[in-house]
Parts: sequence; structure tokens; C-alpha cells
Amino acid sequence: MKTAIVVFPGSNREGDMARALKQATGVAPAMLWHADHDLPAGTDLVVLPGGFSYGDYLRCGAIAGRAAIMDAVRAHATRGGLVLGVCNGFQILCESGLLPGVLMRNANLRFVCRMQHLKVERNDTAFTRHYAKGQIIEVCIAHGEGNYEADDATIERLESEGLVAFRYCDSAGRVGGDANPNGSRNDIAGIYSEKRNVLGLMPHPENLIDPLVGGTDGRALFESLARAA
Amino acid sequence: MKARVVVTLKSGILDPQGKAIEGALKSLGVEGVASVRQGKVFDVEFAGADANAAKTQLRTACEKLLANTVIENYQIDV
Repeated sequence: MKTAIVVFPGSNREGDMARALKQATGVAPAMLWHADHDLPAGTDLVVLPGGFSYGDYLRCGAIAGRAAIMDAVRAHATRGGLVLGVCNGFQILCESGLLPGVLMRNANLRFVCRMQHLKVERNDTAFTRHYAKGQIIEVCIAHGEGNYEADDATIERLESEGLVAFRYCDSAGRVGGDANPNGSRNDIAGIYSEKRNVLGLMPHPENLIDPLVGGTDGRALFESLARAA
Repeated sequence: MKARVVVTLKSGILDPQGKAIEGALKSLGVEGVASVRQGKVFDVEFAGADANAAKTQLRTACEKLLANTVIENYQIDV
């Protein structure tokens, strides 16, 4: 598994992401700059990390979504290559057209930074094989614009085609109400592309890989990916 | 030549910032406000004087960057 992380001006979770990828794959990821035009030959997985690319100017992820490297990321995804976007990376994937919909300001207008339970919707993808279907995991969230919104037809398609990857829930697995931290439609925390080779999610699994910092529920995502190619 | 692009949220899209501003206006005693929707204004200056060419360029700019057409509408005035 050969991995690469794209760093934009204002990315700040690339170090955490690199640690998680190295722990799972045994190899440090290549670090790419937004102005690069190509991925290293043989790249299996491209990761867009969290942060505040371009200071969240215009709309979160809008300017990064049009960066030079994104053409190569798009071509990689079209070939069936794996792409993971976390937090700002998810916003960039939506803005670049690799995933449908948009992440709007949290419904309560607050930046939310806390531990959060998620339900793993399916475990037959490259990202989730090391989880159980329906498993409740605890990871952290830290965002001000995580309120997933799309038109009714898109939401219907995501649901009927099984493209919802993770849903916000409480520790007992109940969705809705206070378990939804940002007003996301259908409690959506993460979605797949049509072929399930692109995943975008707001929570930070890369921060839950070491018992020293609160848990290891994020580890299975990277272990799944490490064995995906 | 000067042009102005106005980007607004489509109707039906929840606008939490507009709602917060609406609440603030009411608490300031500004009367008669039924609702507030927040948007963005871009003032763009063109070197040339061809209005039609500018409009075409601005449509491209809106579709590619200035607006997210999933949730926003745009209006161009040259």
C-alpha cells in the first residue's frame, strides 16, 4: 500500500494523518504539495487531511478543490484509486465534485470539538473491512462546517445505493436528536462515491490510533486500507 | 469596466447565519424584519470594455469558483 498526503496552505492535520498511515502500513506516506501536478507512480491511496486550507476563504475547501494537484487526484479516483478526505479534506472532495453535496455551517453556528460516536454503516469497503457492520465507534470531531446538505434526489440516491459510510449516533447507537452535532441531513458523518473508492468524513479517525490519546477506534480504518492494495 | 456578482443561497437552503443576524436585528429593536438571508458580493474590475465578453467570463467564474451551484444562485451585473 503506497500512500500520499496532499498538503495545502492551511492544512494542519497532515502530521497526524502521516502517523496513522505509517502505523498501519509500516511505510511513511509521500507528502505532496498542492501545486504539484502528479502523484508519485504507483500511489494506491491519496489522502486530503484536515485543517483550514486557504483560511476557509470563499467557502471551506472551495479554493483547494481547484488546486493543480486535484486534477491528478480526480484522474486517480476515475481509475478506481482510493481517496480519503477527512474534515477539511471532505469539504475539498465535495467542492471538487468528487463527492456530491456540500458541508454547510453547523446548524447551531458553533465550532464543535468533542468526542463523538459513529455507526459504521457497512464493512464491505476498502475503508471499513476491519470494523463490524453496525459497529459503534468513538472518535473525535472538530469542525464549524460539517452540516452535510444535498438535494433530496441526492440524499435518496446515497441512501438507496448504500453510500452513507458513517452516521452520527450516541453511545447506544441511537441516531438523531443531540447525537447529531451539526444538523447534517440524515445524521450523515461520511459518504462514499458511487464505486466506494472515495470516502469523505468529518470525524478524525487519525486522532484515535493510540490509547495514550483517548482510544484506538480509528485504527481499523487505516488497517483496512493497509490491506486494500 | 466594473462588474458585480451577487451570490445568494437558494431558497429552501437553511441559512443559520441569516437566522442569527435576523435574531440580532430583532434584539436591536429593528422593527418589521420578517427574515434575513446572507449572501456574498464580488466587485470585479475588467481591463477591457466588452460587456458581453465580461459576462461570459463571469459566468465561467461563477460556475467554476464563485458559487457552489448545489446551494447557491448567482447574479451578474456588468
